[in-house]
Amino acid sequence: MKWSKVLILLLIIALVISAAVLSVAPVFDQNKTLGKYLPLVKGINLGLDLQGGVHVVFEAHDTPEAKVTPDTMKQLKAIIENRVNGLGVSEPIIQIQGERRLIVELAGIKDPEEAVRTIAKTAYLQFITEDGKTVVTGADLKDAKEGKNQNGENVINIAFTPAGTKKFAEATAANVNKRIAIVLDNQVLTNPNVNEPIPNGKAEITGYATLDEAHNDALLLRSGALPVKVTVEEKRSVGPALGADSLAKSEHAGLVGVVAILVFMLVYYRLPGLIADFALVIYTLIVLAVYVGLHVTMTLPGIAGFLLSLGIAVDANVIIFERLKEELRTGKSLRSAIDAGFKRGFTAVFDANVTTIIAAVVLYYLGTGPIKGFAVTLIIGILASMFTAISMTRWLLHLVAAANISKNPKYFGA
Amino acid sequence: MFHFVKLRKIWYIISIAVIVPGIISLMLQGLNLGIDFTGGTIMEVRFDKAVNVQDVRNVVDSLGIEGSKSIQQSGDRDYIIKTKALSQEESDKMFSQIQDKLGKATLMRTDLVGPVIGQELAYKALLALLIAAVLMVIYITIRFEFKQGIAAVAALLHDTLVVTGVFSLLQIEVDMAFVAAILTIIGYSINDTIVIFDRIRENLRSQKKGETLEDLVDKSLWQTLARSINTVLTVIFVLLALYFLGGSTIKTFVLAMLIGVASGAYSSIFNASPLWVDLKLLDKRKKLQTAKV
Repeated sequence: MKWSKVLILLLIIALVISAAVLSVAPVFDQNKTLGKYLPLVKGINLGLDLQGGVHVVFEAHDTPEAKVTPDTMKQLKAIIENRVNGLGVSEPIIQIQGERRLIVELAGIKDPEEAVRTIAKTAYLQFITEDGKTVVTGADLKDAKEGKNQNGENVINIAFTPAGTKKFAEATAANVNKRIAIVLDNQVLTNPNVNEPIPNGKAEITGYATLDEAHNDALLLRSGALPVKVTVEEKRSVGPALGADSLAKSEHAGLVGVVAILVFMLVYYRLPGLIADFALVIYTLIVLAVYVGLHVTMTLPGIAGFLLSLGIAVDANVIIFERLKEELRTGKSLRSAIDAGFKRGFTAVFDANVTTIIAAVVLYYLGTGPIKGFAVTLIIGILASMFTAISMTRWLLHLVAAANISKNPKYFGA
Repeated sequence: MFHFVKLRKIWYIISIAVIVPGIISLMLQGLNLGIDFTGGTIMEVRFDKAVNVQDVRNVVDSLGIEGSKSIQQSGDRDYIIKTKALSQEESDKMFSQIQDKLGKATLMRTDLVGPVIGQELAYKALLALLIAAVLMVIYITIRFEFKQGIAAVAALLHDTLVVTGVFSLLQIEVDMAFVAAILTIIGYSINDTIVIFDRIRENLRSQKKGETLEDLVDKSLWQTLARSINTVLTVIFVLLALYFLGGSTIKTFVLAMLIGVASGAYSSIFNASPLWVDLKLLDKRKKLQTAKV
């Protein structure tokens, strides 16, 4: 045995194991001087199917009043952005797709259905007199805020723009002792009596059961009415309960699958199998770091993609080890057999992986939402697996060979 | 030990025997297309207390939603309700009616796909398969030869037909995840095929005089057999774990993958390389004939 090589080997093992533990477990959670420590896995964004959320595709339609143009689409996007921000969602995705579609993705919301309801409302506000004339609209609003009035009722306080103030003052002056209905999307919110002219451009909408309801409507009024008619063409909403359920189940399944691979490799390939298992741990760490670094959003199909890429990573090792066995059988020394095994095995690994990447790239460009996530993890996985197989595993095998722990090629599967 | 290439007729017959019932089923009853392709609404509901299927059906029926409906129990207290595409108001009403009449429930998920989007997804799925196949033939032609590209794609077609055939026979619902599974299967299957072709390419370089193509391919298949089996096993371990423990949402995907990976392993060993031998021999015979003429 060469003790210097053995020492290096032990050092690497200790390093990788501690890196692995630190990546998944919050070891220093309680540490006061270093602050709160978050393991690597906590840095991975969870997709809406794993934490609850919603993916909506809106389609804008032409109406006699408003045609869909690039400008109205931009306006639509801005208004929806405002509404989404009001919901307090972190990192929402809002993008225009094609000429008349808008995609909205919100992750981590408690009630995805309620969110869609709020976002998709036209929010066309009108003040209508008893004789049916619209005197002021949402376009005349400057601000709208929820609050409580002197009687403790939930209300929205609205303020008009200067032009709106003038219109509202004239309308109230002309309708003293009559009613002016406040109507949102053809639904009467409140129908108060005008006691006296209101010249200061302020009004109050009453009739909300909860402050939350008032908050939602105030948000809609502030962000303004949608410029065109909008329908929901596609909606995938996942409740937080299902998200948590999916996450727990796939973690469990992943663990069982990985352990099965590790045991199989160890039993079938012995010492190289142990090295491959170790390389697989390194591979997993690299992949997780790439996910965090590239801000990959992990979805349920993404987890499946990650697990399948483990299979590919193992495959690279299997191809090379089978080659190594053959080379040993021809009577080559351990070291030259390792080199020959990698050299010859690699063309197979490379060509085979390129074809899989072709399938994954096509999937990425033509797939939607979660399926894109699957393609991304698969591509990252394949690239990382080629890297670890040719660099890590090879280097480790050489190190083990040089450490001379055993000269018996039987341990290398021959 | 047996000769892979000499017995190829048997392997072809096995493949045909597996594929033909699937093709007949595809022609007669087609695939059971999910809402991803037809459009519709899926609502998954978890009740606080167990309820009866019939009660759920009664509530949904009472709403007067036209068109086909299906209600499935997916867990102790879980139900999956499928209807035509519902508007937000309609689906809100359905859920509130369910809660009013059957007790408190949690809305696990709602999927709504409009008919237009459904058609687009189906079109994109077919396009993806076509593009992937063409790109792979091009790559294999560059790295190997055109005939191997054809043989590899024939094996892929085999796998696609096996999986879609089984899904048609059993009328398992297919969705967008099924398409992803098919593409991944294609990726895996071609991966297996390429590893074997790589070995054939290498053996061709050191081909001895008198060694026939059949024997050379047979040798290559035996040399790569351990790898072929071990790789499929590791993938199948992961898939089985996902199937039994991974939750209901990805079951279709995993099932398709399981069938496809098994079929892919078979086709890359028993179909792709022997088929390439046949293509080569066919070429030789043609040349001989033209020489005679």
